[in-house]
Amino acid sequence: MATQSAPIFDTDELVINMGPQHPSTHGVLRLVLKLDGERVVDCDTVMGYVHRGIEKLSENRDWTQIILLTDRMDYVAAATNNLGYCETVEKLLEVEVPRRARYIRTILAELQRIGSHCLWLGTHAMDIGAMTVLLYAFRERELVLDLFEEYCGARLTYNSMRIGGLPLDIPSGWDRKVREFCDVMEGKLPEYEELLTNNRIWLERTRGVGVISARDAIGLGLCGPPLRGSGVYRDVRKDEPYAAYDEFDFEIPLGTRGDTYDRYLIRLEEFRQSIRIIRQALDGLPEGPIMGKVPRLLKPKAGETYHAIESPKGELGYFIVSDGRATNPYRFRVRPPSFCNLQGLKPLIVGHLVADVVCLIGTIDIVLGEVDR
Amino acid sequence: MLDTFIIPLLKIVVLLNAILISVTFMVLMERKVIAWAQSRLGPMRVGPYGVLQAIVDPIKLILKEDITPVKADKMLFSLAPILSLVPALVAFAVVPFGGDELFYVADINVGLLFFLSVTSIGVYGIILAGWASNSKYPLLASLRASAQLISYEIAVTMTLVSLILTAGTLSMVGIVEAQLTDGVWYGFVQPVAFVLVLIGGLAETNRVPFDLPEAETELTGGFHTEYSGMRFSLFFLAEYANIIVISAVTAILFFGGWLRPFPNVEALAFLDLIPGWIWLFSKIFLFLYLFMWIRATLPRYRYDQLMRIGWKLLIPIALANIVVTGIVKVLV
Amino acid sequence: MAEAIAFYTLSILILGLGVAVITTPRTVHSVVFLVLNFLCVAVLYVVLRAEFLAVIQILVYAGGIVVLYLFVVMLVNLKRQPEEHQDPRRLAKIGLGLSGAMLVELAAIVVYSYSREPSSVTAPSPAFPVQGNVEQLGWLLYTDYLIPFEVASVLLLVAMVGAIILARREL
Repeated sequence: MATQSAPIFDTDELVINMGPQHPSTHGVLRLVLKLDGERVVDCDTVMGYVHRGIEKLSENRDWTQIILLTDRMDYVAAATNNLGYCETVEKLLEVEVPRRARYIRTILAELQRIGSHCLWLGTHAMDIGAMTVLLYAFRERELVLDLFEEYCGARLTYNSMRIGGLPLDIPSGWDRKVREFCDVMEGKLPEYEELLTNNRIWLERTRGVGVISARDAIGLGLCGPPLRGSGVYRDVRKDEPYAAYDEFDFEIPLGTRGDTYDRYLIRLEEFRQSIRIIRQALDGLPEGPIMGKVPRLLKPKAGETYHAIESPKGELGYFIVSDGRATNPYRFRVRPPSFCNLQGLKPLIVGHLVADVVCLIGTIDIVLGEVDR
Repeated sequence: MLDTFIIPLLKIVVLLNAILISVTFMVLMERKVIAWAQSRLGPMRVGPYGVLQAIVDPIKLILKEDITPVKADKMLFSLAPILSLVPALVAFAVVPFGGDELFYVADINVGLLFFLSVTSIGVYGIILAGWASNSKYPLLASLRASAQLISYEIAVTMTLVSLILTAGTLSMVGIVEAQLTDGVWYGFVQPVAFVLVLIGGLAETNRVPFDLPEAETELTGGFHTEYSGMRFSLFFLAEYANIIVISAVTAILFFGGWLRPFPNVEALAFLDLIPGWIWLFSKIFLFLYLFMWIRATLPRYRYDQLMRIGWKLLIPIALANIVVTGIVKVLV
Repeated sequence: MAEAIAFYTLSILILGLGVAVITTPRTVHSVVFLVLNFLCVAVLYVVLRAEFLAVIQILVYAGGIVVLYLFVVMLVNLKRQPEEHQDPRRLAKIGLGLSGAMLVELAAIVVYSYSREPSSVTAPSPAFPVQGNVEQLGWLLYTDYLIPFEVASVLLLVAMVGAIILARREL
């Protein structure tokens, strides 16, 4: 505006604080936005409001106690957090996990993905103003929580896995209920799509908003759906299979434009792929033990390991160093997908309008518990 | 004396009370309708099926602490809710609920324009509320509101010109009588105008998908972020009174007001057994339901898209509609 | 009698609000007074049996133009004191000249209207083939005042085009 002539009035940028108390920052994220009218010219991401020192705390807990702490990171996807941690320690201990346990873990992880995506879909749509989708998505998330409750007794922080296997076998009839849930979920997906996918307003609000090229997405270290939305084929389940993923047949949906709408479509397709994986796992569920041979006293050899899984949010990695003497990790570090994806927020937001900011916070799907740890 | 003062005053008293009571029940209706759309039950605790919620809600709002921010502009902060409610209520003056003189407060010969001009004053409430709060989110909201309301007002006014051409009068009663003479509801003669007025009405009452000045998830409540207690409920009343008046005017202009369906078909004359005001109320009710249905279904537009629709879509269509109506009017 | 009371009350209100507009230190307040002023003028029109004009007054001025004023006033930071070098009285002479010219003009109109034949003041209004305030206005606009009406519309068009060009240059 001021390129040709000096503006008549002084133009001030309006600095507004979005959060930490704001209905759509998905927790206690704080964004300091510099606005020119409604356009965002600069954005400062402030976080750390729910920092609990989980990584440091873990270095003073023994190996089994840490599982419980991992629940508290991505609290809407506790099962995948458990899975990632347990597998990392198993790698360190060189423990073989029985096939049945790996299958059940896969089922739990995929159920968790559905649950987490339900929460994402509901809140994302709510941010853009479609409030009915929130209630619909939460209705299905409730079913996921019920299944988890029946399996391990908890609804949010499951503590549902153990190093070397699982604490519990599935209750009788649980597999039938999971199958029923898969059918229900498959029937409900068209309901979401009817409300959103071809909705003109939804298209206008999401298409072409927050476009990020594949090159930039890799450069920013994005992972999970935001990375795949830009067309990068990267999914830990395929690239470095863990649990029992190498035994199942499923596809990784990819986007082409890298905008919010693509990321939305990808996550919707991931619902379907998750259902597909769960069905295959239930069909081929082997008999056998659910705990591997694990020593009474967990004392891994000195060494370090990094192991990643595909959490609903993206690549969730654990880096653990053991000094070989203590019954606790020497160093414990998490690569949280939400934190890494949050780095992409600023480049996405700058240049967009205030209304798009909430839309973009929704599309990268962050959980502040995991960002701050 | 009786005719010039007492009876109109009585009518006004009855009308105002009726509006305020129906607003409280409309809030309940909205909560129920949206709840059903979302596979919920809605309010169920107070009274059977939660019907007493309509009484409890206002009591709660009245009893709440009324907070004025320290840095607010006190005068305008208090004035804004009043400025927003009064025009919404005044607009009812020209709404005829029946053909008989008993059913309307005034039938002035520029009734439709009176309605438009009075509702255009209502925007000051929102703008001043945002500014007087001396807070950033409300300020953004009031900037949005002023731009939005002006552009949609132009679109609606231009659309109504084509309706006025069809009816040949500006009086609300006259428009309904013209529909009786023509034997058809103008919604069928002017379908384009009807859709435009409906969209414009949504935008002018700040309803989804045009609820940008409120935009709970973006601007944390928008212009009324800093308001609480009774002052907040005045905004609430204003919003719902506006919805009712827009529904009523749409029903009168496009759906024959108090006329029965197919007013010229003799075979349906038995429908006249139902009084006219019931016809009108059921039409208003349908529009209210439509407003709520839309709220439960659609996401929200973005500010720039909203302006684009207003200026680049609605206004040109409205202009074209005027031209077409004029040509048809001359030819027929 | 009642009309006289209404007229004088309204006149006092209008003048008082006018004074308030220019004396209030806060700009937003003065815009609000301006709106109230316009509303009172509209009521005055109603008293004069010009309902259409009254409604248009509210619709265009109070509901449209002043909203834009408010829009601008809110956007501009007015808490700032006037700069030192900008003498607030620097335009006083021009203002004095202009208001003097205005006064002379008004006086001329008053003198002219009184000096004319009284019959021409109360000339019978032309016979209207139509009834009603709006209809008569429309009739006059499209018969006797067709050319001024069209000229005004062209003028508005030019203003609109000009505004668009100005806005585009800035963008």
